[in-house]
Amino acid sequence: MDNKVIVAKDLTKKFGNFTAVDHITFDVKQGEIFGFLGANGAGKTTAIKMLTGILSSTSGIAKVAGYDINKERNELKKNIGYMSQKFSLYEDLTLKENIRFYGGIYGLTKKQIVTKTGELIERLRLSHIENTLISEIPLGWKQKIAFSVAILHHPKIVFLDEPTSGVDPITRRQFWNLIYEAAEDGITVFVTTHYMDEAEYCDRISMMVQGKMKAIGSLHELLEKYNAKDMDEVFLKLAR
Amino acid sequence: MQRIIYIVQKEFKQIFRNRMMKPMLFIMPFVQLAVLSYTADFTVKDIRIYVQDQDMSPLSAKLTSKIKASDNFTLKDVSYTYDEGFNKIQDNEIDVILSIPEHFSRNLNANRKTELFITADAINSTKAGISINYLQNIIHDFQIEEAQSKGLIEIKPGINTIKRDWYNPGLDYKFFMVPGILVLLVTMLALFLSGMNIVREKEVGTIEQLNVTPIRKYQFIIGKLLPFLIIGVFEFTVGLAVALLWFKVPFLGSVGVIYMFTIVYLILVLGIGMFISTITDTQQQALFLAWFFSVIFILMSGLFTPIESMPQWAQDLTLLNPIRYYVEVIRLVMLKGSSFASIKVNFLVITLSAIIINMLAIRNYKKTA
Amino acid sequence: MKSFRAFVIKEFKHIFRDVRTLVILFGMPIVLVVLFGFAITTEINNAKIAVLDLAHDNYSHRLLDKISSSGYFNIADDLQSYSEIEKSFSQGDIKLAVVIGENFGKKMINEKDADIQIITDASDPNTANIVSGYLTAVIQAFTLETGVVKPPKVTVKSQMLYNPENKSVFMFVPGVMTIILMLVSAMMTSITIAKEKELGTMEILLVSPLKPYVIIIGKIIPYLFLSLINAITILLLGLFVFQIPMHGDYLLLLSEVFLFIVSSLILGLLISAISDTQQAAMLISMLGLMLPTILLSGFIFPISSMPEILQYLSDTLPAKWFIIIIKSIMLKGAGIKVIAFETAFIAIITLILGILTVKKFKIRLE
Repeated sequence: MDNKVIVAKDLTKKFGNFTAVDHITFDVKQGEIFGFLGANGAGKTTAIKMLTGILSSTSGIAKVAGYDINKERNELKKNIGYMSQKFSLYEDLTLKENIRFYGGIYGLTKKQIVTKTGELIERLRLSHIENTLISEIPLGWKQKIAFSVAILHHPKIVFLDEPTSGVDPITRRQFWNLIYEAAEDGITVFVTTHYMDEAEYCDRISMMVQGKMKAIGSLHELLEKYNAKDMDEVFLKLAR
Repeated sequence: MQRIIYIVQKEFKQIFRNRMMKPMLFIMPFVQLAVLSYTADFTVKDIRIYVQDQDMSPLSAKLTSKIKASDNFTLKDVSYTYDEGFNKIQDNEIDVILSIPEHFSRNLNANRKTELFITADAINSTKAGISINYLQNIIHDFQIEEAQSKGLIEIKPGINTIKRDWYNPGLDYKFFMVPGILVLLVTMLALFLSGMNIVREKEVGTIEQLNVTPIRKYQFIIGKLLPFLIIGVFEFTVGLAVALLWFKVPFLGSVGVIYMFTIVYLILVLGIGMFISTITDTQQQALFLAWFFSVIFILMSGLFTPIESMPQWAQDLTLLNPIRYYVEVIRLVMLKGSSFASIKVNFLVITLSAIIINMLAIRNYKKTA
Repeated sequence: MKSFRAFVIKEFKHIFRDVRTLVILFGMPIVLVVLFGFAITTEINNAKIAVLDLAHDNYSHRLLDKISSSGYFNIADDLQSYSEIEKSFSQGDIKLAVVIGENFGKKMINEKDADIQIITDASDPNTANIVSGYLTAVIQAFTLETGVVKPPKVTVKSQMLYNPENKSVFMFVPGVMTIILMLVSAMMTSITIAKEKELGTMEILLVSPLKPYVIIIGKIIPYLFLSLINAITILLLGLFVFQIPMHGDYLLLLSEVFLFIVSSLILGLLISAISDTQQAAMLISMLGLMLPTILLSGFIFPISSMPEILQYLSDTLPAKWFIIIIKSIMLKGAGIKVIAFETAFIAIITLILGILTVKKFKIRLE
């Protein structure tokens, strides 16, 4: 059990009569890249909101990084990172200032912030724009910066909600390199996407259809099970 | 604590980076204070008068020239007919008509009764009342002077009233208005800054990111509140300096009391802003609400028109208006030198409200989606 | 023309979809006009006063009765000595203190020279003046009533034209109507358009085949419509709730209202043209516009008592002229000839604002 970062059992969220997430049960191992796939409106974002402690579940239980998502939110939040669909950096702050702010919010010491900032800027090779306002930095770079900021405090797990939507293929490739690096560092990555081709970058994949988790397994297992040549086909078969 | 400092730093950077913000924060309020303080004066000057003189005597001419010589009146025309004057009122060219009847001179010399007639454009009721009052005084003085010069009466008033104007013997409106306008400006700024703040993070989307961080609700609200509190106190201080040095408004009371009250008051206003920010979805909605409350707070503060004049229900409503309390306090302390004991009720009301509204704002700010 | 119509319809849909904002936009003016229409007045009733009666004789009691039954005053504090006056003031409640001198009755009857001191709280000079004026009048009436002083030979009778009861409603309600109409119109245009600029949706429209000025006109038509509804609601409130008489021509009044709304909307456009973000537009329309309009338009404080420079400044506010126009038409039944000058002024200011706006927008758009 120790190496499981997420354990969810019958996790459910209802909004009135509408069941957005319907009894999903799964777990995620440490260091894994876990792909959370599904069409728009399949319930991915709602599930992520529950797992990150900003939405209470209607029923079922889940533990993330060892903490109950409904009862131990504050401890939970210290141990996770999050990057949303909506852009999360402050446009009117510089790159460095954003790092400093989020570092401070996660309770890093001044010294830690300075080292982390140095590392991050060097790794992304951004020293020439470290004092540039985020609003003036191209979108592709912003995504990479947002991701790096999300794992600044070295969380046990990072949730990425459609991190690559609206980015060109080359940047997407580079972005995934960052995800691999993080996973090698021992950070579990939980990523949602509706690009089916990105599924092949993940260790394991789950497929959400209308609030239910229809399939879970490695790319290989799924392709075999559904006798498909790629994820698109798997998706079409499941959605039907 | 450390987290709060990081939020404060961030807020300051964002405020000072906004191109429009600096002039709006550091020039506009003081320009308005310096300029607008001169506008708020109820003294009625330049009353445009038309004299209908049916007597056409040296005495009626004397009265007319006495009116003309007065500071309050501008004599527009003298003529025999009334209609001409009436048309001029209709066309907004004059404010009052004084009609001097036939035989005015004869009656006055014979110590007989005679009646003058005033017609006033009463759309502006205050001005009409004051104009009539001024005219009556001039006429009263005129008849006493005339009577005296003929030795007709001895002047004994019956009751001799002496008026003393305390706290502001020169009846300088600015003493009253400058501290009040300062309060309004500080309030509007505070309400605006705080009201637009959280909702802006909602609209831009950064709030989502903050929601998944381990930051506590109270840390968040305090972190947001502090920078504005500091700016508010700063604005107040500069404005106070303008009031004291430029307008020479006296300051009889204790500076400590004023600052203590100002800080609590600002926390209340900022709390109201935060509260608005938590219940709205867009900056536009937040602004409309903030604006709505500002206008009400301003016009019902007792600063421009007296609270005592309002109907009872409106007077009761002003009890919910924070500006009312602040205007009262700043006047009491600055102009009358009242001590803390005299403002303790106001202090209590503002403190309690500040606590309540901020708790509501904290409660209302959901870290959940 | 067809695409223009489609565009305007789209704008309307946009506005009517946001019910919350719509409620605020229509509800706000009504609440404000009703509230202020009743509350903003300078007539004083029941002013709290303190009394120090050093005589305690028959006449002093009669005078105090007369004061308290006049309706203007409420004797809130009965003092025993001079030293208590200051305390009474510093608690902030009373507007003035009356001190009736020793041997009041005797001196009044025998010497016709009794003493009364009126001490006002002049930290609010206006209230001090009004209240002491009322009190002096009551005292004068008392001297006539007791026969101590003979009535003057020259008496003055007065007539209040257009407002026989001399109600301050006639003075303030047109002002309230003007201010609210102007601020709401300017604010909503400036913010909505600034919002579109900020979100970048304005740029999308600008690459469309429609000409920029057509787009701007299309943008303000819905607001013109909203403001007209607001204006009519406000006028109806004035007529029916506040019983402001309407002696003039409705068509003329509506045309003037239309002109004024256009000028306010263009002011809003100008604000949006000079600001990059919603916040900037909000700052200007809330902090920059509110107090100056309230104070400089002559709505509460008489313009003639302002320093000359500020009088010129107030000339540049359409609100100032509109208040005069509204009063002239409604209360005096004035025709276009009487208000031609004021109307021309608003038109000229509007034109200047319009030219400035087009220039500013052009710089941005090209």
